[in-house]
Amino acid sequence: MQSGTFHTSYAGDMALRPYWVQRLRIALVLIAVLTFPWFADRYWLNLANTIAIAAIGAIGLNILVGYTGQISIGHGGFLAVGAYTAGLLAARLDAPMWVTIPVASGFTALVGAFFGLPSVRLKGLYLAIATLAAQEIIIWLLTHGKLLGIGESLTLPQAANNLFGFPLSALGNNDFAFYWVTVGFLILTVVFVSNLFRSRTGRAFVAIRDQDIAAQVIGVDLFRYKLLAFATSSFFAGLAGALTAHYRSIISWERFTIDTSILYLAMIIIGGLGSVSGSIYGAAFMTLLPALLSNLARAISGVVPDINTYLPYIQQGAFGLAIVLFLIFEPEGIVKMWRNVKDYFRLWPFSY
Amino acid sequence: MEKFVQLTLSGVANGAIFALVALGFVLIYKSSDVINFAQGELLLIGAYLTYTTVEMIGLWWPLGVIVAVALAALVGVLIEQMVLRPLIGEPVISVIMVTIGLSSLLRAIIGAIWGVTPRTAPQFLPRDTIALFGASVSVDRLWAFALALTLFALLTLFFRYSREGIAMRAVADDQQAALSMGISVKKVWAVAWAIAAVTASVGGILLMSIFGGVSGQIARVGLLVFPVVILGGLDSIPGAIVGGLIIGLLQSFAGGYLPPELGMGEVAPFIILLFILLIRPYGLYGQRIIERV
Repeated sequence: MQSGTFHTSYAGDMALRPYWVQRLRIALVLIAVLTFPWFADRYWLNLANTIAIAAIGAIGLNILVGYTGQISIGHGGFLAVGAYTAGLLAARLDAPMWVTIPVASGFTALVGAFFGLPSVRLKGLYLAIATLAAQEIIIWLLTHGKLLGIGESLTLPQAANNLFGFPLSALGNNDFAFYWVTVGFLILTVVFVSNLFRSRTGRAFVAIRDQDIAAQVIGVDLFRYKLLAFATSSFFAGLAGALTAHYRSIISWERFTIDTSILYLAMIIIGGLGSVSGSIYGAAFMTLLPALLSNLARAISGVVPDINTYLPYIQQGAFGLAIVLFLIFEPEGIVKMWRNVKDYFRLWPFSY
Repeated sequence: MEKFVQLTLSGVANGAIFALVALGFVLIYKSSDVINFAQGELLLIGAYLTYTTVEMIGLWWPLGVIVAVALAALVGVLIEQMVLRPLIGEPVISVIMVTIGLSSLLRAIIGAIWGVTPRTAPQFLPRDTIALFGASVSVDRLWAFALALTLFALLTLFFRYSREGIAMRAVADDQQAALSMGISVKKVWAVAWAIAAVTASVGGILLMSIFGGVSGQIARVGLLVFPVVILGGLDSIPGAIVGGLIIGLLQSFAGGYLPPELGMGEVAPFIILLFILLIRPYGLYGQRIIERV
């Protein structure tokens, strides 16, 4: 039982997961993740894919909001940029997935850095409003984007879903095949971002969040790192968007409105600001909540016949209520609740 | 020329409504530093409550409007007490998010009560058109403008002469000093939310009358509050009025003169918003205390 920090080597101190309990936990999670698709049906695989894609986007947003302290209400727009870039490349140029995804992510990073320009002069709620404008402008471009030949929706060719010439459909049904892609990208994202905050760049981000003037005094180039934070964050938004486009194979702007921006903000707030695992918990919570509610509604529809007409309102209300209640009672999110549980067992039987 | 007059008048009328909505927003921001993303839902509440009292219950319309506005004020106070008060002193993102969560919750409640199908508005503003400077103008827009002006005048008097109004100005100016002079800041916040709910409701009722119906479309106007208040200055009441008129005119001209398939009327306020933020973030009349890095 571990009761404190007793490292005797630098390597032990620097390790991401220094204790065997933590490594055991990671191993168990990995085993669960790798065996899950063999047991799950398509409904659950679909949910898992949705969660994985949302988690990538949420981790991206958390880099910006949770770690760098720059509020963005434009994440839905950045997701749209990623999705439409991938979609247009696949639909117009017949580009395969392994080309469209990196290109879309990179392009979204550029767009994000561009809309991050106001952050150089603004912060707090002024920046939030600036990103709100970015969101509205991106969606307007998409809905009036006759130049690019975007109609109401965009359909991606099935042939685009291949990795290095290997068609994903060879792996079985769409949900099963994409599970490996989405979860693979999620694992890569988690490893990259966890390590990002042990690097010079990541520490600069955190310094900006904690006290930007102090950060500038100790030599952090605010202009560069703020734009970099916007670019990194948008990169993952673009990745999530591109994955959505390939997974759903039909995209329309309605998937990326300001409500999406808010959904992602809600994910990281409920999960935990400034935490990679929190982003995943938040993504899972926000995806499972409406699914759970509709299952519940189906279960009791015999007793309460009207329940299905009210279901959309119940889902939306639960969404709002979850945000409000978390902010009032547990502002640090699910991650804090989980840490409380761990602390309880670590300190047991001495709970002080 | 006729088109110009027509666009100007409808822009001014819409602008007056935007200004009303922005006014409530500015009041909340000034007295409690809260950015209220649920302003659009407050509009919707006012409109639906009026619909209920006038159309469903069948009250005489001035009485119905008064009852509805009073109920809306109550909702405003309740929101402040239950949701915003526990978040005093929390970081700005928490406060922004809680009002976003609130807007979702309110929309769900509104939807569950009144449904999503648009309801036809009760007719109490006259619908006919009159000729003005060679253009035909619908009378309800003129009414909307006149009512908005009246409300502004009343509020100005309130801030200048009433005890609560003076206390609100004091809190807006310096919370600490106001507290030490024996002003109850909590009471002032409650009053600010009540007034915000009232101005938003009146805005909602006027929009309902102009659109000829109530639907979620009205809440969308809540987003336009941001260009208005940023242009006028987040903490400036005259700024809300001027900003509202400018954005109303801008929207009207951009929608009327540019090719309609561009849909510029919807996006122009947000493009302007970005420019203002880059050039003059405190707006036309705002205090220049914005922190920059």
